[in-house]
Amino acid sequence: MKNEGESSERPDNTAFTQQRLPAWQPILSAGIVIPGFLIIGLAFIGIGIGLFLTSQTIQVLEGPVFFYYGLSNYYQNFRKYGVSTDYYQLSGDTQYFKSPQDSCSPYSYDSQNKPIVPCGAIANSFFNDTFELYQIINGTKKLVPLDGKGIAWWTDYNIKYRNPTLVNGSLANAFDGTSKPLNWPRPAYELDLTDQNNNGFLNQDFLVWMRRAALPQFRKLYRRITEGDYAAGLPAGNYSLTVHYNYQVLNFDGQKKIIFSNVSWMGGKNDFLGIAYLVVGSLCVVMSVVMLIVYAKFKFSEDDV
Amino acid sequence: MIRWIRQQLGFDPPHQSDTRTVYIANKFPQHGHYTPQRFADNRIISSKYTIWNFVPKNLFEQFRRIANFYFLIIFLVQLMIDTPTSPITSGLPLFFVITVTAIKQGYEDWLRHNADNEVNGAPVFVVRSGSLVQTRSKNIRVGDIVRVAKDETFPADLVLLSSDRVEGTCHITTASLDGETNLKTHYSVPETAVSQTVSRLESLQGVVECQQPEADLYRFVGRITVTHHGEEIVRPLGPENLLLRGARLKNTKEIFGVAVYTGMESKMALNYKCKSQKRSAVEKSMNTFLIIYLGILLFEAILSTILKYAWQAEDKWNEPFYNQKTDKERDRSQIWKFITDFLAFLVLYNFIIPISLYVTVEMQKFLGSFFIGWDLDLYHEESDQKAQVNTSDLNEELGQVEYVFTDKTGTLTENEMQFRECSINGIKYQEINGKLVPEGLTEDTLDGSIHCLSHEEELFLKAVSLCHTVQISYDQPDGHAEPFSHINGFSPQMEYYASSPDEKALVEATKRMGVSFMGSRGEIMEVKTFGKAEKYKLLHVLEFDANRRRMSVILETPAGEKMLFTKGAESAILPFSTSGEIDKTRVHVDEFALKGLRTLVVARRLFSAEEFAEVERRLHEARTALHQREERLLQAFNNIERDLELLGATGVEDKLQDKVQETIEALRLAGIKVWVLTGDKHETAVSVSLSCGHFHRTMNILELVQQKSDSECAEQLRRLARRIKEDHVIQHGLVVDGASLSLALREHEKLFMDVCKNCSAVLCCRMAPLQKAKASYRTFLVFLSRGHEYESARPVVRLIKTTPEKPITLAIGDGANDVSMIQEAHVGIGIMGKEGRQAVRNSDYAIARFKFLAKLLLVHGHFYYIRIATLVQYFFYKNVCFITPQFLYQFFCLFSQQTLYDSVYLTLYNICFTSLPILVFSLFEQLVHPHILQTKPALYRDISKNSLLSFKTFLYWTLLGFCHAFVFFFGSYILMGEDTTLMGNGQILRANRQLMFGNWTFGTLVFTVMVITVTLKLALETHFWTWMNHFVTWGSIAFYFIFSLFYGGIIWPFLHTQDMYFVFVQLLSSGSAWFAIIIIVITCLFPDVIKKVFYRHLHPTSTQKSQWWKRTGMYTNRVAIGDDFIALQPLSRAKNQLGKIRNPVKFIEAYQGIGCMDSMCCFSEGRSGCARLGGLVGRVMGRCDPARASRCDLSLSSLCCQQISYKLERDEPVTMHP
Repeated sequence: MKNEGESSERPDNTAFTQQRLPAWQPILSAGIVIPGFLIIGLAFIGIGIGLFLTSQTIQVLEGPVFFYYGLSNYYQNFRKYGVSTDYYQLSGDTQYFKSPQDSCSPYSYDSQNKPIVPCGAIANSFFNDTFELYQIINGTKKLVPLDGKGIAWWTDYNIKYRNPTLVNGSLANAFDGTSKPLNWPRPAYELDLTDQNNNGFLNQDFLVWMRRAALPQFRKLYRRITEGDYAAGLPAGNYSLTVHYNYQVLNFDGQKKIIFSNVSWMGGKNDFLGIAYLVVGSLCVVMSVVMLIVYAKFKFSEDDV
Repeated sequence: MIRWIRQQLGFDPPHQSDTRTVYIANKFPQHGHYTPQRFADNRIISSKYTIWNFVPKNLFEQFRRIANFYFLIIFLVQLMIDTPTSPITSGLPLFFVITVTAIKQGYEDWLRHNADNEVNGAPVFVVRSGSLVQTRSKNIRVGDIVRVAKDETFPADLVLLSSDRVEGTCHITTASLDGETNLKTHYSVPETAVSQTVSRLESLQGVVECQQPEADLYRFVGRITVTHHGEEIVRPLGPENLLLRGARLKNTKEIFGVAVYTGMESKMALNYKCKSQKRSAVEKSMNTFLIIYLGILLFEAILSTILKYAWQAEDKWNEPFYNQKTDKERDRSQIWKFITDFLAFLVLYNFIIPISLYVTVEMQKFLGSFFIGWDLDLYHEESDQKAQVNTSDLNEELGQVEYVFTDKTGTLTENEMQFRECSINGIKYQEINGKLVPEGLTEDTLDGSIHCLSHEEELFLKAVSLCHTVQISYDQPDGHAEPFSHINGFSPQMEYYASSPDEKALVEATKRMGVSFMGSRGEIMEVKTFGKAEKYKLLHVLEFDANRRRMSVILETPAGEKMLFTKGAESAILPFSTSGEIDKTRVHVDEFALKGLRTLVVARRLFSAEEFAEVERRLHEARTALHQREERLLQAFNNIERDLELLGATGVEDKLQDKVQETIEALRLAGIKVWVLTGDKHETAVSVSLSCGHFHRTMNILELVQQKSDSECAEQLRRLARRIKEDHVIQHGLVVDGASLSLALREHEKLFMDVCKNCSAVLCCRMAPLQKAKASYRTFLVFLSRGHEYESARPVVRLIKTTPEKPITLAIGDGANDVSMIQEAHVGIGIMGKEGRQAVRNSDYAIARFKFLAKLLLVHGHFYYIRIATLVQYFFYKNVCFITPQFLYQFFCLFSQQTLYDSVYLTLYNICFTSLPILVFSLFEQLVHPHILQTKPALYRDISKNSLLSFKTFLYWTLLGFCHAFVFFFGSYILMGEDTTLMGNGQILRANRQLMFGNWTFGTLVFTVMVITVTLKLALETHFWTWMNHFVTWGSIAFYFIFSLFYGGIIWPFLHTQDMYFVFVQLLSSGSAWFAIIIIVITCLFPDVIKKVFYRHLHPTSTQKSQWWKRTGMYTNRVAIGDDFIALQPLSRAKNQLGKIRNPVKFIEAYQGIGCMDSMCCFSEGRSGCARLGGLVGRVMGRCDPARASRCDLSLSSLCCQQISYKLERDEPVTMHP
């Protein structure tokens, strides 16, 4: 027919036009689902046990120990708060040192109308308590060395945030004509008096703070304990923690806390994940058993629907 | 003054009188009364836009769509106030949608402009100042004399003045107007017909008065006044004098005509109208759902706003030290804050109304509709026609049909008439080998006596061969229709052309029998009786109209007698007959009707000289009347067509189309009620109904016919209702005739509907016009083939449509008279038949044969419905999933409108990440194999009543969406935890590295889980996995990952913030994030799988069962019987029941029997197996005696078979008699 003339209206006889494409047509039936559920269930139970045990083996004071501070009732996820920052400033663009973006308001200019760098609410509310941890050995306090390096995202530290180019070899000069955030005791270039490289926008604590928490209860990494006698963990004993209290939380019913923990291959201590796997896995197994019973009782089978 | 301006601007038409006066060649009277009239120029404008107004007009029209307008509002809100997302997130998709639509519409309009320019610029010849001038078509003015040459189209509506023929006739075809390809003769008045040259036309003085433009192609009333030697001659003008714009001149060298309607006032332009917008049930549900979602949206926004202020009542939450407000913010009024907050929440949640839904639905419909045209099963080999989709908006409606209204002639039948029998002077004749053989005689006995036609026979044949409107065409390249040039030497190319197949069949039959019509020239008709030519002068034609239901010609015989021949329905002629074998003929007509033949009665009347003068006077009077001409003509005709002498009757057979019976049976099994509407008489209609399986023998046929009065009709209806109630086991069929129907519709609608609802088949015969019929050329042409169907079809369809259940109706027909029905029904289907393309052009879908309807509905309709229903539900589901976590997050961020997801994700979720799988699904999904759908029509019931979009399913999907959203959000929340902080210290690849995860990481986790779950949920729904489904499903998930890696891997220079920088990589680098994603996804889908399995096994729908049949190859073991579809248990289960049977061989035989029975139901193996089966089943079951079993022969709905199947269904042990 097709060859008879070009005018022929005859549709093409292809699998596509005739809706005859080869297709896999799975059917969710008891025959597939019961063994499927059983396998998934058992696998999940296995994973769950693994995860749970891993989580349980995390011994709090075995090294390396991580030192967190926690805040509650603190809304870093408030929208206005969240946008109150100027990425261009933080990437070292000095143009924006003179006129911060509007989103920073009311933290853009100080009372003398000098631009604030870094501007915005997030930077302004930088957590500025400091902690010192001592082990008390025979009545004497031994300072536990805290490692403040590498606590922020590598990309934040190396790519996303940039200090302004030094002026005359000095970071402080680059900040000329700007004002420090109101709540800060010292300007950005003096954040860490002990380590010149830990200043400006590349201060690790600052980077940690700038990564906003998702929920009003959060904890942020403060230090790691990786050095000296404590690299393998904090040995049992008496410890004393000195808190330099700067940060006000009472006015919003907030709480502060300190957490020591360590991590395994899968992250921090988290029983819930293991439990969730156990529960879902068991449910799968139970359901497959129930289905089997119903299946047997009602005598339905694949070829007898 | 104002009025003048308005007139100039065209707002106010200038003074409209009922008629317009056209001065031929615009020769206005120099003296006397003359008011200049304004007429439209001859420019045709079909385009909608100009370059200047395209942008505003197109935008205006697009934003009239409620969805576009909604998104525009959202976009404007985002522009005006400070909202959580940037205006781009809603502006970009909106811009995209609007641009795509605008480009499409602009392109279409550009094509229209081109077409318009071509038409308006076409060269035409106009007689101006005594010579022929070439000009452009658009310059023609009303009153111009236009010359049109052979095979040209007419550039305006012209009144024919003269042609190159002496008698001033011409032939035209109106194929481009109404699709009729036959030649039609048009006439000029004798006074102008002589003006065949330009110079003579120049001296012509005349005025045409006619009605103002109107759309009816077949109606034209006017008169022409020609001043001839100072004497005014008035002649009537009718449609036969008018040459319509768009029609084409044929077989005539050239004509001259005066333009009366030009440009947009021409009948063609007035007929150009936009298609009425039909909306499908799915679309209506979709809009309802949209409104519900709008409600959810408003509720969420209001709730959030209220909670925000409840929370912020305390200062420490409103303005903690770390988050001070600017002075400006503090100073804003409470109300302003409240409103902006509300709007901000609205913007935040607005994605719950899916913008891409409309785009996707339209794409799905547009692309999906190609499958209908591509389907080889809907392709008709003989006529080389494939199915045609005129609107893709109604694809899914094909799966929802509950009532089918079908025309009979040309739809159920071939519209190929065959002369079978006739009755002459009370004797019945048959045609055998081209000879007229009286009943009881065989051909042999008549041999050699061919020439001995009795006087009555000859008169009858002559009457038949003279009383018609058949044309003769000579198949010559030149095409000069010179009828009498072939008079000697019978030209083999001579062919009859008639718009009515009945007339053609009759004239051909008389030719075979020796009385051949040789054609007509002017007023002379020539008939050759066994080689002897006779010339009759045609004096008048009394056109057909649907009220009289007859047509007549008045002739002058060669002997000089004035005679009237009339032909028409028996009810239109017998009452006016005074002589002839009236009673015998009546009996014969009834006998013909019982055989399913179409009957016509022929009669004549001889006029005396005085009578004829009276006839002449009456006709002239009526025809020249300008007002109430139709009424007057009717009166005159009725007056003439009486005191008839009955000559006889004819019976013409119209062959049934192929597989009509199977198709109707399949529709019935699918739960569709079939109404046949026909103009045939009662007996003919019932007989045809029976032969096409519309009625079957076991049906109880109820009748509502010949009701004369309201009360009688009501009484009969009540009686019928009682009978139905008493006897509800058996199926009922109802016969209604036109008159009773109109009575029933007028007063007893409800009662009538009650009866109809309980009838599985309804036959409406004798459908006569409710409105006053239009005595017009057109109806005349369609006279016999169409019968007198049915202006009343529209009210019937509307009646069913508007019953409380609001069933979906489908109308199918092939002729112009079916158009109203096709337009009125939810779905209109045109048959590409012999009646022209009027029905096809007005239909939503067009198919070549009635039998294709089964596949169109059962397979395509089913597919489209399932596809679009799932598409709609899924869209709402996925948007609930999308937005609800956003809403929940507000409880954790002080209702500060913080978005959970990044803006880019917000924008792309519906456009990129989740759009393709559902589109591909909605194009290719097949829940059941098409073959099964077609052989198991009952599956159609699974989707009836819009069941997949019922409120219950909608609720299920919405709740599922909410549940999933809760799991996404709280799953991530718990895993991220407050103190347990899985995320708080997820680990990057390098050991000992600690990373803090922030809010964007949290959002991305939720989003990732969501994209995967939503895609997999669709995968669970997908039953037909082609390579494309695999590609887009897994491709979408892969694309999401790749895109996220890419998006997060670069510092985008044009973005203000780099919130998402490396977030995704960091998330995936945490082992526990992977575990979390897996567990959340599984948790979401787990209950869904369980639910599906349990439903499938405990309450399987027949659709699901049939999936197994395909799978196990056992689908032949079901029996579908009559109206009740009964699924027999499959083989294995029945095995148990029949286990007691000792003889396994016989057992197997029994099962083969049932298999056969099944296939028979679907007529896949024809009827031959049935008789065998009947006995077999009877024997096996031991329930039926052989006599009853054999009654299963034709129809499977016979009670016997039903009992058998019921027995099996009820698990009774089946015993077997050895």
